[in-house]
Amino acid sequence: MSAAIEAKLSGKAGGAELSRAEIEDFLYLEAHLLDEWRLDEWLALFANGATYEVPTTGVAEDADSADSLFLIADDYARLQHRVKRLNKQGAHSEWPRSHTVRSLSNVRILDRENGEVAVRSVFITYRSKADVTNCYFGHHLHQLRIVDGDVRIASKRSILDMNSLRPQGRVSIIL
Amino acid sequence: MATALAKDVASTQWVDEKPGSFRVSRSAFTDPDVLARERDAIFDHCWLYIGHESELGKPNDFVRRDVGGRDLIFNRDRKGEYRAFFNTCPHRGASVVRDAAGSAISFKCFYHGWSFNNNGTFATRFAEGTYADDFNSDGCANLKPVPKLAGFAGFWFVNFDPSAVSLEDYLGDAKDFLLVVADHSANGMEIVDGVQEYSVKSNWKLLVENSFDGYHAAETHSTYMEYLVDAIGGPADLFPARGNVSRAYDLGNGHAVIEGPAPWGRPVAQWIPAWGEKGREDIAAIYAELVERLGEERANRVAYGNRNLVIFPNLVINDIMAITVRTFYPESPDFMKVNSWALAPRGESRVFRKRRLDSFLEFLGPGGFATPDDVEALESCQRGYRNQAAVGWNDISRGILKENPAADDESQMRTFWREWDRRMAGAGESA
Repeated sequence: MSAAIEAKLSGKAGGAELSRAEIEDFLYLEAHLLDEWRLDEWLALFANGATYEVPTTGVAEDADSADSLFLIADDYARLQHRVKRLNKQGAHSEWPRSHTVRSLSNVRILDRENGEVAVRSVFITYRSKADVTNCYFGHHLHQLRIVDGDVRIASKRSILDMNSLRPQGRVSIIL
Repeated sequence: MATALAKDVASTQWVDEKPGSFRVSRSAFTDPDVLARERDAIFDHCWLYIGHESELGKPNDFVRRDVGGRDLIFNRDRKGEYRAFFNTCPHRGASVVRDAAGSAISFKCFYHGWSFNNNGTFATRFAEGTYADDFNSDGCANLKPVPKLAGFAGFWFVNFDPSAVSLEDYLGDAKDFLLVVADHSANGMEIVDGVQEYSVKSNWKLLVENSFDGYHAAETHSTYMEYLVDAIGGPADLFPARGNVSRAYDLGNGHAVIEGPAPWGRPVAQWIPAWGEKGREDIAAIYAELVERLGEERANRVAYGNRNLVIFPNLVINDIMAITVRTFYPESPDFMKVNSWALAPRGESRVFRKRRLDSFLEFLGPGGFATPDDVEALESCQRGYRNQAAVGWNDISRGILKENPAADDESQMRTFWREWDRRMAGAGESA
């Protein structure tokens, strides 16, 4: 990502903004890397200090993982270990690898503040393993910023818009 | 496959115990007739967990719960009394409460509008002549209460058998282990907001076994153990033996626990270097309060002990790097619904609450570094039972010759299975 885009994102280029199309390209890249289990490349999309969270179904959208029980509340260190773990055969839940497709839509720019852009997108993710196919659906809240000219994820919260994690039973894939 | 259900024997054909050998038939995990019999022999007669007192903090609070195949309301009435009702309108059957939780002085069915005080009493007025004058003189229009409801150490249970033994008699020696959990805090314990509602495509008894299985940890959870080494320099060299070894205890009536030294940090009250010097001081203060309130011996149990407890048939309280309260019910022989909560000291500092919940999520739950691999193992076992015509029995004999079996033996599972066997043999009897 170029310095020109950085300037756009921070509103320095005559009010021009990182376009929704550019943001969509970035989100599609993220989904593509996950679908192909290129987890190290996926992790590289995150800024230092980034977080990845999946709240429990039913808690408030802005719930805090210090107050409420989540499904996933990774700080950057734990996120790095999540990838390290998923790269091992000992991560039995995802070995052999499940097959996944992440479909994204309804991409909306919610806010631009402090050099970051807040993006909401809707996801439908299919996971297939051992002849069982499950569907996860919900929405992502991405906080994106430019780091050294590249778009990076400052935080990602994946909210499951389901009433429970049944019959999926687990979120051992990254949503 | 159909299984003969002999009612006149003290043991079933599903559990085969001999000197030095303990085996369970794989049909116990797959046969629909077994599940039908379990609903009668076990879930209709045992005390079943419905909720924690902290979930109903004030009068008029309610939660909705699925327990033992029933849809229940667990609430406190206007006077603050704890109540449990079958969540079905006595008129036509619709669910009277449709929210997961809330506060209400009365409940109103959305179908025809029948209303009930939160003590269950019918509260709808009709024009004179609409119903017979003595309508509801027998209580037929009131919400039906669950036959038995009782609490111990903050944990509340129901029983669908009016002639069941008292909760305290039922809990037996498990009572002390519930008290140890309650002893974590002078301010009481509370369920943290949020519940992990998930499922496993396996028989429910596989999760009973797994919940206090000390044998599988090193193999199934190698990646979690490697994470501990990375993150906290543990487990092996960080926690020198405290002079106690892990043990399994039969607590009576099918309840069992494994207890031993915890190989990880505990917000009450075992420090790890990752928590820093301030964390060390905070833990020292928590520990000092435990010693003052409980004495040193019990304080050490609370602070340093690791306990995986199963209250027969399906309440798990694992007091490990955090505390999880977990219960689960079969929908079919090969599918169960699981609910898991986090229990924590009321008034815990925000820093330690965050550490506690982080530790919980690192290991536990559908997105943790361990539970998904347990789910994988349980589902793999269930698939393996397709081969039961050729390979028909599970082996549960590890440590059977030991006088003091350890946490990585299987005596705690044998405790469960013996009670399961006893109740299944005498299906339908109160006990």
